[in-house]
Amino acid sequence: MAPYLNIIIAVTFMAGFGLLLASVLVLANRRLAVYEDPKIDEVEELLPHANCGACGTAGCRAFAEKLVAGELQPGKCTVNTPEMNQVIANFLGVELGSQEKITARLACAGGSNVAKRHGNYQGVDSCRAAALVSGGGKGCAWGCLGLGDCKEVCDFDAIFMDKHELPQVINDLCTACGDCVDICPRDLFSLQPLSHKLWVACKNLEKGEAAEDECRVACNACGRCALDAPEELISINNNLAVIDYSKNNLASQIAIERCPTGAIVWFDKGIQKGQRAKKIIRKEALPVE
Amino acid sequence: MLLHTFNHGVHPPDFKSLTNGLPIRRLPFAASLIVPLSQHAGKPSTPLVKVGEEVVRGQPIAAADGFVSVPQHAPASGRIKAIQLMPSARGPKTDCFIVDVYQAATQQELYEYTHDIDKMSAEEITQAVQDAGMVGLGGAAFPTHVKMKPPPDHHVDTLVANGCECEPYLTCDHRIMLEQPQNLLQGIRLIKKALGVEQAIIGIEDNKKDAAEILQQHLQENDNIRIQVVKTKYPQGAEKMLIKSLLGREVPPGSFPSAVGVSVFNVGTLAQIGELLPHGRGVIERVVTVSGPGVNKPGNYLVPVGTPVEFLLKHAGVTKDAHEVILGGPMMGMSVSALDVPVTKAMSGMVVLNKDDPDLKKGQTQPCIRCGYCVEACPMQLNPSMLGMMASASMYEDMQREYHLNDCFECGSCSYVCPSNIPLVQYFRIAKSVNRDMAAKNQGDAQ
Repeated sequence: MAPYLNIIIAVTFMAGFGLLLASVLVLANRRLAVYEDPKIDEVEELLPHANCGACGTAGCRAFAEKLVAGELQPGKCTVNTPEMNQVIANFLGVELGSQEKITARLACAGGSNVAKRHGNYQGVDSCRAAALVSGGGKGCAWGCLGLGDCKEVCDFDAIFMDKHELPQVINDLCTACGDCVDICPRDLFSLQPLSHKLWVACKNLEKGEAAEDECRVACNACGRCALDAPEELISINNNLAVIDYSKNNLASQIAIERCPTGAIVWFDKGIQKGQRAKKIIRKEALPVE
Repeated sequence: MLLHTFNHGVHPPDFKSLTNGLPIRRLPFAASLIVPLSQHAGKPSTPLVKVGEEVVRGQPIAAADGFVSVPQHAPASGRIKAIQLMPSARGPKTDCFIVDVYQAATQQELYEYTHDIDKMSAEEITQAVQDAGMVGLGGAAFPTHVKMKPPPDHHVDTLVANGCECEPYLTCDHRIMLEQPQNLLQGIRLIKKALGVEQAIIGIEDNKKDAAEILQQHLQENDNIRIQVVKTKYPQGAEKMLIKSLLGREVPPGSFPSAVGVSVFNVGTLAQIGELLPHGRGVIERVVTVSGPGVNKPGNYLVPVGTPVEFLLKHAGVTKDAHEVILGGPMMGMSVSALDVPVTKAMSGMVVLNKDDPDLKKGQTQPCIRCGYCVEACPMQLNPSMLGMMASASMYEDMQREYHLNDCFECGSCSYVCPSNIPLVQYFRIAKSVNRDMAAKNQGDAQ
């Protein structure tokens, strides 16, 4: 057999085989193709890629799918700037949809200068670890442990620890993703719209002196705030003042004026306490008892 | 002779000679006792008495709320001063009875009724154990009667009495075996009858051979109770380890010992059952080892439940340098932040360490060098090194899914041997706690 015949057979076979496989691929591409709206990719490009979940979906891609399907409105994204959300709205030809700014808020004001400590915690620098070792040494069993798990978990640097070892939320940076809500071993964080200005910064379930003994700014369940609150806006539930935010439009600064310890505060350009709330002069941390 | 044991484990110095020669001594009543409504795993009990009411020693003051719960009894005669939130050793404040004890209150039990234990049926024994408020006195505080009713598809054939007491310092179980062998054997006979099992084995570490001898002397002919000496090694007293050592059976991950036909009870629990059941009494006191370099008069004290830790320490006397109080043993125990926490049913010991104690001066945490000591130490054959690295990367879910985090029972062997001083167990506790929260949250979302 002539040597060139081998080459011809090989080339022909490979070419034929290639054509066969190519046609299978072409067929598969036609028959098995799933149509995906190209707009989803484009919308996803316009989203911030934070995958924070604040919009309630599993990430930016899922949010983009919902947007294109018209199930959600671009305004739901709290991480994007309003201008970018407007771009998305224009691109899709839908309403921007508005959402009130929501931020994380801490229900504790017991910094190291006002809340007692009974023991020195030594160990891993984490609130959750401290909470598992006999409560971490803080006198108040409900209060902030101040080791900054929330600061660590925040992807947006929206939380910093102040000089009294209490986390502070920077409203402009907070995207309300809810990571700090999940990580806090004492469940002190919750997501609140900015319009919820009246706020109980305490979770202590003890009463009177028992509460105030451990922390100078604790809610001692005296009930003065609830007494003249309009239409039961504030009630004392389980030794703690509870605000019914469905009646938020009735909230006023009267309640903070009633509070003797300053556990109820007014969030508006900083934290306001009532005139008659006891003044906290101490700047340095209380000694460990 | 080759002693029975399990694989891996560690050999910490045991410091048992401080207290193992000292007989159990009774402690007086504190002026007021703090009796928590929740001293057990499961639902807290519901109060039976009101504030201001007088109670007598031994009287039930709270009833069990459901099956996985136990009643509470008044540890001393006195008046209920309040039912209020008090700190617990674990941290969260829980509802407690404050009992103002009458001066010169008698140590005699004033509330009891007689059971004819020979005629009791299995159900009656189980019910009587619940009525006694009995929980695992070894430290787990799991209601004992729940263990006496294994799931119907589990056939239990062996009762194991756990007399290992592998934690350093603790000697309360050792003393109970030496001083109350009759009660212990009586308890085993009762539980054997309730469970309907053929054989019972008492597992004792070989540093407590005297206890084994005494128990052997008290055995009766048709008891079918075997006393088995096992090797002294930590954590021999963990129930899964002990089952492996004694019977060679391995409890599958995530299931109870009844899955391999075994029920394990602590010897302290069994001795109390043997003592209390014939008289229908409740658990109102327990033996607590108070030991450690920071204690002046170490010993084994019979302490009424609800005695504040501070009172106990005052009686045992602490040195000037006393720095840290650990409830339980030094390996698995928990240091406390407040001394007004009460002694509970599950508290087996108290260790006080001095300020300059070398054990408190662990050096700076260094990076993992992958030496593998922890892998060699882990009695559950886990990989603590890998788990630790995953924990520092917050990969908590993967730790459970791929490296069986939940099989870890936090014995502390890995942290003990780690030359880099990595607080591995603490990492695992964080991871477990986060996983628990997430599971609860996902369940809440699903509903």
